[in-house]
Amino acid sequence: MTFDMSQFLATFYEESFEGLDIMETELLALDVGEADLETINTIFRAAHSIKGGSGTFGLNDVASFTHVMETLLDEMRDGKREVTQNAVNILLESVDVLREMLSALQAEDDLDSERIAIVKKKLDDLLASVSNESTAVAATEASVAEPATETAVPQVSGWTIYFKPHEDMLQTGNDPVRMLRELATLGELSSAVDTSSLPEFLLMEPENSYFEWTVTLTGDIKKSDIEEVFEWVEDGCELTITPIASDVTSENSELDIELIKTTFEMLAPQGEKLVARFYEELFKRFPDVQSLFANTTPEKQQTKLLAALELVVSNLEKQDVLVRTLTEMGMRHKNYGVKIEQYEAVSSTLLDVMQEFAGDAWTDKVAATWKAALALVTNTMIAGQQAEPAAEVENSDASVPAVATEKSTAKKAPAKRKASTEASSIRVSIDKVDELINMVGELVITQSMLSQLGEEENFGEEQIEKLKSGLIQLERNTREMQENVMRIRMLPISFVFQRFPRLVHDLSGKLDKKIELILSGESTELDKTVMEKIGDPLVHLIRNSLDHGIETPDVRVAAGKPETGEIHLNAYHEGGNIVIEITDDGAGLNLEKILAKAKGSGLVGESDKLSDEDIADLIFQPGFSTADVVSDVSGRGVGMDVVRRNIRALGGTVDVKTTTGQGSVFTIRLPLTLAILDGQSVVVGEEVYIVPLVAIIESVQVDTSLVNGITGQAEVYRLRNEYIPIVKLHDVFNIKPLHTEMKDGLLVVVEAEGKKVALLVDDLLGQQQVVIKSLETNFKSVEGISGATILGDGTVALILDVTGLISISKKNASNVKKLTVAA
Amino acid sequence: MARILAVDDSASMRQMVSFTLKGAGHDVVEAVDGVDALAKAQGQKIDLVISDVNMPNMDGITLIAELRKIASFKFIPMLMLTTESAGDKKQQGKAAGATGWIVKPFNPEQLLATIGKVL
Repeated sequence: MTFDMSQFLATFYEESFEGLDIMETELLALDVGEADLETINTIFRAAHSIKGGSGTFGLNDVASFTHVMETLLDEMRDGKREVTQNAVNILLESVDVLREMLSALQAEDDLDSERIAIVKKKLDDLLASVSNESTAVAATEASVAEPATETAVPQVSGWTIYFKPHEDMLQTGNDPVRMLRELATLGELSSAVDTSSLPEFLLMEPENSYFEWTVTLTGDIKKSDIEEVFEWVEDGCELTITPIASDVTSENSELDIELIKTTFEMLAPQGEKLVARFYEELFKRFPDVQSLFANTTPEKQQTKLLAALELVVSNLEKQDVLVRTLTEMGMRHKNYGVKIEQYEAVSSTLLDVMQEFAGDAWTDKVAATWKAALALVTNTMIAGQQAEPAAEVENSDASVPAVATEKSTAKKAPAKRKASTEASSIRVSIDKVDELINMVGELVITQSMLSQLGEEENFGEEQIEKLKSGLIQLERNTREMQENVMRIRMLPISFVFQRFPRLVHDLSGKLDKKIELILSGESTELDKTVMEKIGDPLVHLIRNSLDHGIETPDVRVAAGKPETGEIHLNAYHEGGNIVIEITDDGAGLNLEKILAKAKGSGLVGESDKLSDEDIADLIFQPGFSTADVVSDVSGRGVGMDVVRRNIRALGGTVDVKTTTGQGSVFTIRLPLTLAILDGQSVVVGEEVYIVPLVAIIESVQVDTSLVNGITGQAEVYRLRNEYIPIVKLHDVFNIKPLHTEMKDGLLVVVEAEGKKVALLVDDLLGQQQVVIKSLETNFKSVEGISGATILGDGTVALILDVTGLISISKKNASNVKKLTVAA
Repeated sequence: MARILAVDDSASMRQMVSFTLKGAGHDVVEAVDGVDALAKAQGQKIDLVISDVNMPNMDGITLIAELRKIASFKFIPMLMLTTESAGDKKQQGKAAGATGWIVKPFNPEQLLATIGKVL
């Protein structure tokens, strides 16, 4: 079975980005100095997951980067390291870098290795700054771990293993049989079980383990392989692993290093003579070996051998170095054409020559130790010789197709992954899906009931009743399913909100202001599409509040306010809308300046009387740069008019309320979803229009006595104590109305952005949910129309844009006014 | 073919483990953290537990200790997914009743080889 890890990458990226968002949020929430342990733990966990995943899925750059972060956080968690502002800033920067790395990897772009290196260096420096202890430990751990796996004792013929599980070992799910079975895969196994500890039957605890085993395992087996079998029960049993004495080694598996050293020291003064004598003897005994030394002089070779011996003896304790050196030597020997049996010739000759020089000091014990040592050396070199051909085979055969397949998958991958980057996914809680499945179940029941009904031969009164109730049920099923499908697209607004703590943190630092951001209503849900589009306008408004709203600490203190300003971001549902409020306790808008500027630029006539609300609203006018007027801080690209335009494009509204010296409130109202709308169908002439139900306040029959044509203004309708401008839809859309007399028509009073107008229509039809089709993408945008829909009978109806109609009515009013003035 | 409870808060790791195990013919019950795992373990016949250590709500070590209290989980193998750097976690896990561990990062083959030892 082959595993394609890339199939998990999409999920990995998704959860990693989420993890990074969590890290960012929590880092910002971290109180420098007295950090909350749970917060650090959450950050740690996120880093830990990213590290684990990136390691598993082969994203090694990410893994090594996160490793440093994880180590830092681990130290903070263990209280070994203080949480400083500097550390938090570096960690935040690291989060950014990780995000960039993951985005680049996801899009298959190149990594910005320079930036990564810079931030990694900062992390490394930070890590090195306080606790050298832990890194030092890690370093030694690493160096200890290496040789342990490499040290091989190849010449043993087998092992005797004594294994006695502690009584409670079974309760960790470790089964002795499993271990014996595993041992049997290593070599030839014979085992003897000692049951003498088994208590009398009545005293026996069935959950305990009473047996002990003595296992003989023969074959060329590494001790580490055996230890690995027992790795999990190291502390859960008594275990001794002893090598079976082969004819080479004495009982002691460990080489008597001291003995070798002392003999070598004793022989060292005669070293040169010894090696000369060795070669003489070697060539005498094995003449064919001589050809191997054709490329070198005897002197050179003798120096080499002596150096090699010295190296071996002095490194006996550093087995990792030794094994590496000997393996390399073996590899070189192979190139010279050394045959394996020639090692034996060298060893035996060397031993004999050494005995010759050592004389009486060459005891049996010394001889055995040296023999064992040379066997070890020889075997390691042989292993080196064999290592290379194996590697070569791999290079020549195995790895070539491997490379080829890698390339082919790499070529295929980009297209696939690019697609997955674009096709954004959505996370839906299982409850929502379950509910849907439940509803589909109900729908199926209704369907089968109706189809049964259709098959009945005698269709009478009774069947019609059934059919009606079936259709009612079907309607309910459809509605419920529609609601639930819509809910799938709904996400909590926290997805947008969560980016603001960082924004406020960074910006307030830049602006030298102290600002606290308060979030509330984060769980308020709204449509994913709306969410994606509201992000930028919100960023703009918050930046605006930071820049122009909140004053610098000294100004605030002078004004008798707390040094730290507050920005409150709140979201809640109201009717079919979601309302987002951005409240700051800053200076508020400078209405006088705004008005002066508006008059200066001709937006407002000199004699116009504007309410405070109207003046504040001017900041949303195109070409009205708030930066010039409200504060001196500038450098922002788009104006508030763009914010309003973007929000309107979503079918929403934005307005501002301000109190000089006390702050401003920006209120955004958005429809929960862009796809479906509750509408009231109205008739104008021969056309049907849809009025969004949320906008309708009431519908009234026209009482002509209440219609006033105020001089210089368009007609208004007096509804109780209010005068509401009348918008004649047939005039706006230039169609012939059914009723020529106003009294025969109906007025639909609608409200948007706190303003009311009365729409004059010919008749009201039913209320229904309509699926919105964009007019803009299919035709072009038309003032007063927000979209179109297809009605049940297949005809197209236009959906009225109340906000647009209100501005039309304003224009009409001013046109009328201008006309009157001109007259 | 065994029934395996796979616990990990990381969706991608869970996917990978689950995919690998299912590919080897096992039945997999997935859980997102210790609390979820404990709830899903109730009344189920499980042959093997594979759990991440570092998880929100309830970590893997607590989970293993809790599972061992359930009679049907007393002797079944439970493996921890841990990183090489977490030496003390291994010991804590052993103390809580873990059978053994799989060191992260691991590949599917290593995972199957390790569970092959205990099943």
